[in-house]
Order: sequence, then C-alpha cells, then structure tokens
Amino acid sequence: MAAGSTYTPIATQTLGSAAASVTFSSISGSYTDLVLILNASGSTGINVLMQFNGDTGTNYSSTTLGGSGTTAYSARFSNQTSIEINYEGYLDSGFNTNSIINIQNYSNSTTYKTTLDRFNNAGLGVDAVVGLWRNTAPITSVVLKTHTGTFATGSTFSLYGIAAA
Amino acid sequence: MSPILGILASSNYQRVTSSYYSIATTTLGTATASVTFSSIPATYTHLQIRALTSNASYASTSASLYLNSDTTAANYRNHYLYGSGSAAGSSTDGNSAANGVMGSGMSTGPAAWVIDLLDYQNTNKYKTIRLLNGYDTNGAGYVWFGSNLWMNTNAVSSFTITAPVGTFAINSSFALYGIKGA
Repeated sequence: MAAGSTYTPIATQTLGSAAASVTFSSISGSYTDLVLILNASGSTGINVLMQFNGDTGTNYSSTTLGGSGTTAYSARFSNQTSIEINYEGYLDSGFNTNSIINIQNYSNSTTYKTTLDRFNNAGLGVDAVVGLWRNTAPITSVVLKTHTGTFATGSTFSLYGIAAA
Repeated sequence: MSPILGILASSNYQRVTSSYYSIATTTLGTATASVTFSSIPATYTHLQIRALTSNASYASTSASLYLNSDTTAANYRNHYLYGSGSAAGSSTDGNSAANGVMGSGMSTGPAAWVIDLLDYQNTNKYKTIRLLNGYDTNGAGYVWFGSNLWMNTNAVSSFTITAPVGTFAINSSFALYGIKGA
C-alpha cells in the first residue's frame, strides 16, 4: 500500500473585523476531500449557511439531526439557496461554537456533492447535518455566511485538503 | 482584514509534515457488494475511512463494517442516533456489526462517511469505532452517527464494508488513512 502525508492546510482566515461572509476561492482540485473548521461568534441565534462556486440558486438541501438539551429533533430543508450547516447550535456572543465540515469528493465531476458536518454550541445545542449541492461541477470556492448579522471579530475559519492515495 | 478575502488557495498553499497519511483508495469501476482494505500497516495509532457511496439498486439500505473478516454477529455491538428529516431516533442492533446508510444514487444523493477506528493495533482492549454518515436527495435522506464495538483484542489488519442488500454503485469510493501518535 502506498502512503503519503496529507491533511494539508490550504488557507486560514481570522476576522479582523465583523463580516457577514467568508470566502475561500480558487481552491485547488488536487485533493479528494475538503475539511473546513470554524470557531466563530456572532449575535445569538445566527445560522451559518454554505454555498459553492457562487451558486445562489435553489440547488441545495440538507437533513439535520440535533439536540437542544431537552429535545432531539430532525429536520429537512429542500430546494434551498444554501446548505444550513447548523440548527440548534447557533452562534452566540461568546466563541462557544465550533464546527468541522467535511466536503467529500469535492473535485470530481460525476456526482452531486455531499457534505457532512457537526456543529456544536455547548450552551445552546448540537447538530449533525448532511447537505447536498445538486451540481456535478468540481468545487472551486466555498462561502460561509450568516443568515442575518455578522461573524464577530476573531472568528476563525481554516480549510484543509485531504488527498487519497 | 477584508470580510470577503477571496483567498487564493494556491498562493497560500503550505506544505507541512502531518501525522495523517493516505494508505489506500478504492474507486469502484463496477458495482460491488463488498470492499476490503487488507494488510493494513501496523505503523499508525488510529485509522480513518472516508467514503462516498450509494447502493446501485436500493435507495436507503445500510452497509455493515467488519474487522479482520470476522462476520460473527456476536462479536459486535452497536448503538446509533439518526435523523430522517422528520424524526430523530436512536437504536441498537444488539450483537451486530457497525452500520450506516449507503446513499441513493451517485449522481443524485451519495452518502458521505467519516469512520474512525481507534487504537487499532492495541492488543489489550476491544476495538471501538465511531462514524458520522448520511445522505440527502433533496426530499429524502438520513444523517447518522454511531458507536460500535468489536469484542476482540486482536490487532486490526483488515477492514471490510459490505452491502447486505444490493451492491455499492459504480464510482463509490473508499479511502483509508492512518493517523500517527507521538
């Protein structure tokens, strides 16, 4: 079996001022999967949305599993203009939110793109979300944005690439 | 720092030494009922399998995971939590191999998998797996995560993922990675 070191940092952004969105663009197609890690803050109740390649059409959907501390739930969002990567684990004013987002086989041109993420806020709730972008194009850019308000100064977003043998 | 930086990945590209290694990959050229990674090197501490799959014939069936070709149900335990889009549920198959959902068409709603097999070389304890898995087809799907146990202290040298019903579709892909400890 061949073996090669991977899980390579591609880019990191730390917000120097509040921002409504963060973009990673011109992403190399030389990996198999992308992993996007965020530790963010914002006004309480903010959802985080994800789009690819500048597509703002209703080509996204997701299935969500989460817990609020009292209730477990599942929800589905079809024909959306973005993947909603959280539901109960909202942003809040502390840096209590973290998420690891997996974007599988992002550079192939034969399948729709499936994402898997965990989104956590110990004070509010936890989520597991599977998302779909109904497009076979390789992903070259990723946008994370708030559904309202902004990410706070100091929020961090790191993108990694994993290359299969 | 600009709120929308438009960072050029290529200009920010860094080569660093990591402890995460690609070991092997299989992408199916024909529909196949089972995929095995065998002769897994003993040089890592943990393993991770990342996959994108669908069942060639059935929309929402599950796949099973076996270690060292041991298909004896009594040697496994699992518990899982899932969301169907309308309800959350939790269940166990009792003495059964780890499982997850296979997906619904490679071009319409493939399932993603991230499977962690911890301390796979340790001969003093049973082996535990955790997995995060799911698919969405814009109207159907599941998100799934589970905890799994193989009640055997042997070092793990092979990993098999099997479709109990139907087959994995063409272009389903499976990648095995090793994570080194200090």
